[in-house]
Amino acid sequence: MTLLYSEVEEELRSSVRGLLADRCPPAAVLQRVESEPNDLDLWKTLAGEIGVAGLLIPEELGGAGAGPGEAAVVLEELGRSVAPVPFFTSSVLATRALLPTRDALLGELAEGRRTAALAVSFAASPYAPARGSSVTVDGDGRLSGTVSGVAGADVADVLLVPVDGDLYAVEGAPVTVVPSLDLTRPVATVTFARTPARRVGACDVAAVLRFGAGLLASEQLGVAEWCLDTTLAYVKERHQFARPIGSFQAIKHRLADLWLDVVRARAAARNAVADASSVSVAVAASWNAGVAVRVAEEALQLHGGIGMTWEHPVHLYLKRAKAAEIALGTPGDHREALASLVGVPAPGAE
Amino acid sequence: MNETDINQRVAAFLEEHDPGGDRLEFLRARFDAGLAWVWFPEGLGGLGAPRELQQVVERELADTPQLNSGKQAIGLGMAAPTILAFGTAEQQRRFLRPLWTGEEIWCQLFSEPGAGSDLATLATRAVRDGDEWVVDGQKVWTSGAHHARWAILVARTDPDVPKHRGLTYFVCDMHAPGVEVRPLRQITGEAEFNEVFLTGVRLSDDLRLGEVGDGWRVAQTTLMNERVAIGGAPTRRGGGVMASVVSAWREHPELRTHELHQRLLALWVEAEATRLSGARLREQLAAGQPGPEGSGMKLAFAKLNQELTGFDVEFLRDLGYDDWAFRRSEDVDFFGRGPGYRYLRAKGNSIEGGTSEILRNIISERVLGLPSEPRIDKDVPWKDLPR
Repeated sequence: MTLLYSEVEEELRSSVRGLLADRCPPAAVLQRVESEPNDLDLWKTLAGEIGVAGLLIPEELGGAGAGPGEAAVVLEELGRSVAPVPFFTSSVLATRALLPTRDALLGELAEGRRTAALAVSFAASPYAPARGSSVTVDGDGRLSGTVSGVAGADVADVLLVPVDGDLYAVEGAPVTVVPSLDLTRPVATVTFARTPARRVGACDVAAVLRFGAGLLASEQLGVAEWCLDTTLAYVKERHQFARPIGSFQAIKHRLADLWLDVVRARAAARNAVADASSVSVAVAASWNAGVAVRVAEEALQLHGGIGMTWEHPVHLYLKRAKAAEIALGTPGDHREALASLVGVPAPGAE
Repeated sequence: MNETDINQRVAAFLEEHDPGGDRLEFLRARFDAGLAWVWFPEGLGGLGAPRELQQVVERELADTPQLNSGKQAIGLGMAAPTILAFGTAEQQRRFLRPLWTGEEIWCQLFSEPGAGSDLATLATRAVRDGDEWVVDGQKVWTSGAHHARWAILVARTDPDVPKHRGLTYFVCDMHAPGVEVRPLRQITGEAEFNEVFLTGVRLSDDLRLGEVGDGWRVAQTTLMNERVAIGGAPTRRGGGVMASVVSAWREHPELRTHELHQRLLALWVEAEATRLSGARLREQLAAGQPGPEGSGMKLAFAKLNQELTGFDVEFLRDLGYDDWAFRRSEDVDFFGRGPGYRYLRAKGNSIEGGTSEILRNIISERVLGLPSEPRIDKDVPWKDLPR
């Protein structure tokens, strides 16, 4: 077990970062969020040329046979760019749900020819996996009910719906995008009304969401890193009182503390990859969610007035960080889970 | 030199020297065999081997006589690396062996009542008199001064140049006439530290470490080693101070509240993220890629220790205190004392070895590349500085 990045991971990072620098600078993301947030051309290149869509899929099922370490590095880079592509929703969450079934759809997802979304609310968690869903299955295998807050549903060709321990594949169900706090990963309400569905196999939703929460910590690390780097560059440039504002200790000390938070977020994220136990995931998920929000909030504050404007991209990161704080369990949910996992029982508990 | 070579040397050494015999003789022989600190040069207790091979030696010799890591901390952690980097061959030969075996204890004469964070402004004077230096001044926060045979000392040798340039580094003979050690009582009641008064202390010039006027650079070597030593992290999940707080939590269900529970879980997560950073840092060092993360470890542990020890007192609703007696303490017996002692002692964690404020300056300037505050004291002769 190692907490460092491998050479393969660093090479993958550098290809993804290069592509995103070219095709997905913050200004470009900002320009598209109000019309068509999802950048499917970019996704085609990421999935087809760099091959990120099949990272978690074994070679015999048509994937790259890589692992969570590689997926985590891609997520760090996508977080740094708040890139509006369905990697996390399709290539991580939906793919992980599908993997135990070894369904043929995996091959199509691996090539990026199709995308899928797990029809579970982004506000659900490993501890409350059914939150936001009222879907039931009838005797004919048809689905009825709604799921709110589904991320990636608007770009998915296939919805994967967990109901009562089984996973169903649905195509063509109505998906209603709602105005979302996170502009770069909008959520939608999915509605089923006696919708025909194909049963794919068994599904342990809590395990899927736990896996997702562990990897989301790497995306949150990327978000925090961009916010810290961008703020550092700004406070070195911005002059007030005839000095760079980054020379004032009141500013420097805050940035030193944020840097220390980010250092620890990197260690927590790598640990959740190296050891995907419930404890490691809960630590990374609760720590990194808090760090991403804190660094984004401080980035906005330290940019002063410009940070409050629509034209500066820091708000995209704040919105991503705040929405991701809720996604797959809040920091408080994960800490509460640790109480029994590490033996710090609540009052009244044994 | 690799692990096999080291194993062979240790085996050969153990064949000739009985660990059950005289402790001091054994340690002296271990030094002479180059198995004291393998990364030091041959003849100075080492083999010129890679530093990571030391753990092989420690593992193989775990059941033999050990050093006194508390009493010898300053010698081993601070004086030795500085003597190795800046000492003459004669100084290295004279000092390193008894330093390592513990026959001679070392202390540190750096901080002064008027020079803490701004160490370079220190006022203890060393004036040249033929082949000797005459030292006058007052030092403070000197742990172990009452045991010490030698001290590492920084003194001002030229008040007419800016503060960083007028310093010189010495080895001070703690038995010399004019050295007076007085215990300094702390908020815990005990005295871990001393004040040291230096009055007309005469040091021969061969006790100087490095060039005249180069004391600041020499001192940097010492201070970097101090922070590495202080930043040491628990290696086990839930270990260190957290372990003692959690065990109290488990033993006293009747004292638990929901509000404390939330705080404890948040601290548990922070402690674990901090421990993992320490583990990652050690991996980086072992892979030969030292990162800047080390600068943050002491800062993180100081804050955690303070919050956890404060939590412990509050949780236990303990209005008592185990012992206010004024006595000299040989080591910090952190876990052997009560929660009130731990709370008060941990207050020093953000002050000793570089305050948390100074560490934040170091991180922001050296790691993050932020500009320094405007300085009025950099180019002014020390004697003209306001004080």
